[in-house]
Amino acid sequence: MASEGGATGYIVHHLTPLSVGEGFWTLHLDTLFFSAVLGGLFIWFFKSVAERATSGVPGLAQNFAEMIVEFVDTQVKDTFHGRSELIAPLALTIFCWVFLWNAMDMLPVDLLPMIGSVMGMEYMRVVPSTDLNGTFALSISVFFLIFFYSIKVKGVFGFIKEMTCTPFGPWLMPFNLMLKVVEELAKPISLALRLFGNLYAGELVFILIALLPPVVQPLLGFPWAIFHILVITLQAFIFMVLTIVYLSLAHEDH
Amino acid sequence: MSINATLIGQMITFSLLVWLTMKYIWPPIIAALEERKVKIAEGLAAAEKGQEEIKLAEKKAKSVLKEAKDQSAEIVSLAQKRANELVEESKLQAQKEGERLLEAAKAQIEQEMLQARENLRKEVSALALRAAEQILKEEIDKAKHQDLLNRTAEQLG
Repeated sequence: MASEGGATGYIVHHLTPLSVGEGFWTLHLDTLFFSAVLGGLFIWFFKSVAERATSGVPGLAQNFAEMIVEFVDTQVKDTFHGRSELIAPLALTIFCWVFLWNAMDMLPVDLLPMIGSVMGMEYMRVVPSTDLNGTFALSISVFFLIFFYSIKVKGVFGFIKEMTCTPFGPWLMPFNLMLKVVEELAKPISLALRLFGNLYAGELVFILIALLPPVVQPLLGFPWAIFHILVITLQAFIFMVLTIVYLSLAHEDH
Repeated sequence: MSINATLIGQMITFSLLVWLTMKYIWPPIIAALEERKVKIAEGLAAAEKGQEEIKLAEKKAKSVLKEAKDQSAEIVSLAQKRANELVEESKLQAQKEGERLLEAAKAQIEQEMLQARENLRKEVSALALRAAEQILKEEIDKAKHQDLLNRTAEQLG
C-alpha cells in the first residue's frame, strides 16, 4: 500500500490511468495494453479450438468453447430472427472480451500496479472496463452498427421516415425527431455507463477494502469477490444481450 | 476521466477482434456443432431403423415358422392318408389273392376228384371185367372157345 497522500491519494492513484499525450490525443496505455492482451487471449483460445474443432467427441477446451458459443448462439437466435453473419460473432466477442475485462477486477488490486511500479510505471489501472474510453468504444461501435443496419435494412428514406414519423405521425415531426434522437443516443450511453459504473464501483470497493486493516480485509474482500463473480458475468451478459436486442430492433421494419 | 484517443484505439482493437471472430472462430465451431448435430440425428435415425428392422424380421420369422408348421402338419396328414390307402390296398389285394388261391384249390380238388372218379371207374370196369372173366372161365370150354380166345388175344396183341 503506497500511502503517499493517505487514503484519498491511494484511491486516486489506483484509478488514474497510465497515459501519454495531451488533451484529446491522450492515450491510456494500460487500458489499451490490457484490453489488447485480453483480446489476444480470447482470440488465441477460441482460434486454437476452432482449428481443432471436430464433430466427434470434443475435448475439454472444445467443450468449454462450444458451451460459450452455443450459449451466445441461443441468445442471438432467441432475439434476432433475421439472417446475419455479423451479429453472432459480434455478440461472442463482446461477451468474452467484456468478461475478461471485468475478470481483471478479480486480481488483487495492488498486484499488477506493484509490478508496474517496479518496472517504472507510475500509474496503472488494470480493469479496462473502469475506463470510459473502453466501454464507450464498445457502445459507440455498436451504435454505428445500429445506424448502419437501420439504413441498410430500411433504406435512407425508411430510416428518415422512422426517425420523423414515429411514434406520433407526421404532424408532430420535430417532436418525433427529438424523441427518436434521444432514444437512439440513450442506447450507447446507457450501455457504456452501465458497464463502467458497475465495474468502477466494484473496483472502488476493492480499493476501499484494501485500505482496511489486513485482518479485516479477507472478511470483506472474500464475500465481495464472490459477489463480483456474479457481477462481472452479468455485466458481460447484459452488454451482449442489449447489443443483440438493439441490432435486431435496427433490423425490424415497421 | 475523460474521453480521448484511447476510445479510437479501443474501437480499432474491437473491430479487429470482431473481424477475427467472424472470420476464423465462429464458422468452424458452428460448423462442427452442426455436423455433430447431423451425426447424432443420423445415429438416432439408424437406431430407430434398426429397431424397426428387428421387429420386421421377428414378424417374418414368426410367419415362416407358422408356415413351416402348417406345411409339416399337411405332410403328416397326407402321409397318414397314404398309409391308410396302402393298408386298404393291401387288404384288397390279400383278399383277391385269397380268393384266387381258393379258386385254384377248388379247381384242383375238382380235377383230382375227376381223376379219382376216372380211376374208380377204370377199376370198377377192370373188376367187372375180372368178375366177368371168372364167370366166363367157369362156363367157357377151352377147347370150344379156343378159337375165339385166340382171335381175341390176336386182337389184343
